[in-house]
Amino acid sequence: MKILVCITHVPDTTSKIAFTDNNTKFDVSGIQFIIGPYDDYALAKAVELKESNSGNITVLCVGEVNVEPTMRKALAIGADDAIRVNANPTDSVFVAQQIAAIAKEDQYDLILMGRESIDFNSGVVHGIVGSLLDIPSVSPVMKLEIEGETAKMTREIEGGQEFIEVQLPVIAGCQEPIAEWKIANMRGIMSARTKPLKVIEPVACDKITSTLSYEKLPAKGSVKLIPAENAEELIDLLKNEAKVL
Amino acid sequence: MSILVCIEGDEGIIKKTSIEAVYYASETGKIIGDEEVIAVALGSYDTAVLENLGNYGATKVIHVNDEKLDKSQIGVYSEIFAELVQTTSANLVIMSKSSFGDNIGGRIAGKTGASIVSNVVALPNVSSEFEVRKSIFTGKAFATVSMPEGLKILLVKRNSVEVNQTDDKAVIEQIPLPNALNFHEKITGSEKAEGDVLLDDAEIVVSGGRGLKGPENWDMIEDLAKALGAATGCSKPVSDQGWRPHHEHVGQTGVKVSPNLYIAIGISGAIQHLAGVNSSKVLVAINIDPDAPFFKAADYGIVGDAFDVVPRLTEKVKSLK
Repeated sequence: MKILVCITHVPDTTSKIAFTDNNTKFDVSGIQFIIGPYDDYALAKAVELKESNSGNITVLCVGEVNVEPTMRKALAIGADDAIRVNANPTDSVFVAQQIAAIAKEDQYDLILMGRESIDFNSGVVHGIVGSLLDIPSVSPVMKLEIEGETAKMTREIEGGQEFIEVQLPVIAGCQEPIAEWKIANMRGIMSARTKPLKVIEPVACDKITSTLSYEKLPAKGSVKLIPAENAEELIDLLKNEAKVL
Repeated sequence: MSILVCIEGDEGIIKKTSIEAVYYASETGKIIGDEEVIAVALGSYDTAVLENLGNYGATKVIHVNDEKLDKSQIGVYSEIFAELVQTTSANLVIMSKSSFGDNIGGRIAGKTGASIVSNVVALPNVSSEFEVRKSIFTGKAFATVSMPEGLKILLVKRNSVEVNQTDDKAVIEQIPLPNALNFHEKITGSEKAEGDVLLDDAEIVVSGGRGLKGPENWDMIEDLAKALGAATGCSKPVSDQGWRPHHEHVGQTGVKVSPNLYIAIGISGAIQHLAGVNSSKVLVAINIDPDAPFFKAADYGIVGDAFDVVPRLTEKVKSLK
């Protein structure tokens, strides 16, 4: 089974977000970058599937050279080889076009990625790739089993879940609890250094969006504390002052 | 030219987020100049329900009334919407930011060559280019994005517009199910929490954390939620430990909510949890630990024992009714 896992290189979830250059650039100082948490689930699932079905895992990241340490982590966790598309991933359609171009050249049975990146949170790349390749795409997938040529998936829907079966190839946007995050062991880390990491240039994509400026969430005023002995007063405040009841 | 709105519904009921999408489309139509707002509904709906989309600014509703479409199948829905984008010569497609919007909006973009922006939080600014504001970093920041000429798709985050209503009715055009559709996905079943207020649609959310000590104490959360007509949520450790189902997990890697009121009980306020709630209008924290980080993010707070405070709040809410 050939699996393509698409990962993002994003700030750690505990990062304090700030911007520089008159709010036109993300401030990377002091930021720890990680594999996107949802992508990490996708990768873990791919490793599980490889363990039970054998096969090959290619990890793909659209990013500049600074994303390579994150890609090496994915190789250490269990991907066999890696492709980096040398471009800054600023637009969903652009990223999807890159993935689709690679998947057209090399047929994969399964394309896994996180349901969304945690920086731009768009959550649409799986769908765009699916329609560009004209294969089914499903997200967010909480459970995935492969039986022969059929993928059986559990998809989260509002307030519940839905069970879906499709024929391979398929694209899945993953989320917990599809698999347990994997931690690289020493052997993985050693072997990751020598696994192939191919760098390719992006395919052209003309109609893309561009980010003009950023803005932090406005700072909150200080909290209004109600003494526990007068707790009922909270309800009056929510009704009469905040007007939300 | 027209603006197409892809309607998301469940068993004949149109989602609140889709009503917001219709209203967003109609307000955007006024900004970019007198555009026709066409809502597209797939599957079984009562005519009256669809006509009422006119209340929110839809001029026309295209309805494919076929029970084969009662479950929203990602592939087929996308094909039909993409086809209608062409036949109505739409230049803008509006949908709600949801699992439905992510899947289907993405596929329409791929199929039609549109540009797409997700998590849009305000009406567009068209004074120079077509610019929209979107939420990024899981609610921790915003970006202003310009979109290129041509077909555009916007996925609008819930509660981004205050909806106003009129008595206008929409005209309904019934069209048959297009031929040659590929029903790739087989939906073999679904499970839903019955009778509860859904987190995504809720105006008020009451969430519990590890401070509640165990699933047996959730009655207290449910009682308050019931009194308020609220949905219930929880923090990640709570769903990880199986105290509550996964679809109630609110936070960075769970459901992101933006209700009018979010009440966090026994939740310390880890940055990952706050990421899922920081677009709520009013945040309330109830925690026994005065140093809980949630108090820094909250509008109102009570430092106290949830087991004492919460039942008293429930009684107080009931007494107001």
